[in-house]
Amino acid sequence: MIAAIAFYLFAAVLIASAVMVVTSRNPVHSVLFLILAFFNAAALFLLAGAEFLAMILVIVYVGAVAVLFLFVVMMLDVDFSAVREGFQKYAPVGGAVGAILFLELVLVFGSWTFAEEAGALRVNPMPIGVDNTRAIGRILYTDHVWLFQLAGLILLVAMIGAIVLTLRGRATSKRQDISKQVNRLGSVNLRQVRSGAGLAEIGIERPPVDPPPAPKQVEHHGGGHH
Amino acid sequence: MDAFLATPVGVLALTVAQAMALLVPLLIGVAYLTWAERKILGAMQMRKGPNVVGPFGMLQPFADALKMLMKETIIPSGASRALFIMAPMITFTLAMLAWAVIPVNDGWAIADINVGILYLFAISSLGVYGIIIAGWASNSKYAFLGALRSAAQMVSYEVSMGFVIVTVLLCVGSLNLSEIVRAQEGMWFIIPLFPMFIIMFISALAETNRAPFDLPEGESELVAGFFVEYSSMSFALFFLGEYANMILMSALITILFLGGWYGPFGLLPALGPLWFVLKICFCLFVFVWVRATFPRYRYDQLMRLGWKVFLPFSLVWLVITAAALKIFGWLPGGV
Repeated sequence: MIAAIAFYLFAAVLIASAVMVVTSRNPVHSVLFLILAFFNAAALFLLAGAEFLAMILVIVYVGAVAVLFLFVVMMLDVDFSAVREGFQKYAPVGGAVGAILFLELVLVFGSWTFAEEAGALRVNPMPIGVDNTRAIGRILYTDHVWLFQLAGLILLVAMIGAIVLTLRGRATSKRQDISKQVNRLGSVNLRQVRSGAGLAEIGIERPPVDPPPAPKQVEHHGGGHH
Repeated sequence: MDAFLATPVGVLALTVAQAMALLVPLLIGVAYLTWAERKILGAMQMRKGPNVVGPFGMLQPFADALKMLMKETIIPSGASRALFIMAPMITFTLAMLAWAVIPVNDGWAIADINVGILYLFAISSLGVYGIIIAGWASNSKYAFLGALRSAAQMVSYEVSMGFVIVTVLLCVGSLNLSEIVRAQEGMWFIIPLFPMFIIMFISALAETNRAPFDLPEGESELVAGFFVEYSSMSFALFFLGEYANMILMSALITILFLGGWYGPFGLLPALGPLWFVLKICFCLFVFVWVRATFPRYRYDQLMRLGWKVFLPFSLVWLVITAAALKIFGWLPGGV
């Protein structure tokens, strides 16, 4: 009973926050509602007994992806009145696109059934002693390891592409080369000096060879000698 | 009694009682951590630290809390009110929430779940929201800059922290925190995985925004960073959240590397929780020691350290660990 209440609670909050994502006027609020939606989806995963997926959803989407979304959206300088200005002009086109997408969804959903195997698997009890983290690990990293590696490789290529695209104009940017700084010889050097030993070659002897001359008595006290 | 505990009401009552038994000492610990930090910093800088309120100044944290309660809560006129009030609550709640899975002794965890370490990692990665929301909702340049810095910093250091956790998990073969500690009965992981311990500790400093990585609140250029507009209790919640997060990170380091509730050399196994608390105190002392010793990092150096030093290093160490486990047949679970 508690599980049912929890399910309806999370599902209701999920749908409500999903609606708020598209209807709220401030984009930052939209992203925050999106995060709330992710969170509730994770809770639904937990209720379904898929604790690994729930945690990964929170770590990857809420903890990293949405942070970057928020980061970008906060820095956008959006003029809200300008965005709303063309509403009447664009509304018919937007409505038409939305209607087509909705129709497609209806068609897909109408012809959607469980696969034979999936339907049979659904009634099987969960194997005892194998938690779903272990099961996912076995399937992903043992049974389908090459496909997994291939997916990783594609992501790597995409990442390198993004880095190459953003590394333009390198000649003008000044960057710090720490090894060069450390190995530099010249005006300012870093020396290891024994405590109380001084540095003879630049004239600092410790203990002092001869006592420093006594300060000269100044007759007049003008000229900023304070 | 057992029959009552089996009913939903009983389960709820038991959980609330367990949570109280954990959170009340934790909050007192947070209060005394602020006192201890000021005392230690004082000693390291040849000062006395708080010494007026109560014996050795030990009532100082409560005096501070009372002072905070008495002050006026100021909400800036341009602020996004709801978010502005929510941000410190998020920070504080998350810092408390993570403690649900921490095993203080063998079997002493409120929720001994299978994916405990992932839960901890997830909660600690959410900590950034309190800061970002605070920075944005304040509608102030300094707060916003602090929030941006902290977002980039926390996301960066989470990556290498993730690799450290994966390395430990390889040696354990389970995501359960109690199992991780039990795997260290013979030898704490700090010995075979010492470099990862160092990376974990430094990443924990960055993750909790502590010196020398306290750029989000760098007072010399950002006044107080993301909480510049906060006053009274909302400020106190940020403060408490930061210190509770320090304790949480110390607990995580203790569980992953310092053998949780086990004493050194299997000494006095009956004193499990005491060993756990002592190890946390040791980590916290080093947190404060680092603050007293190192100057603040420059922002580009911070990013360089995270992405160009820690990330490759932890990745290589992960591969080395995996290879060693495979070659010597030490992989847990007999795979």
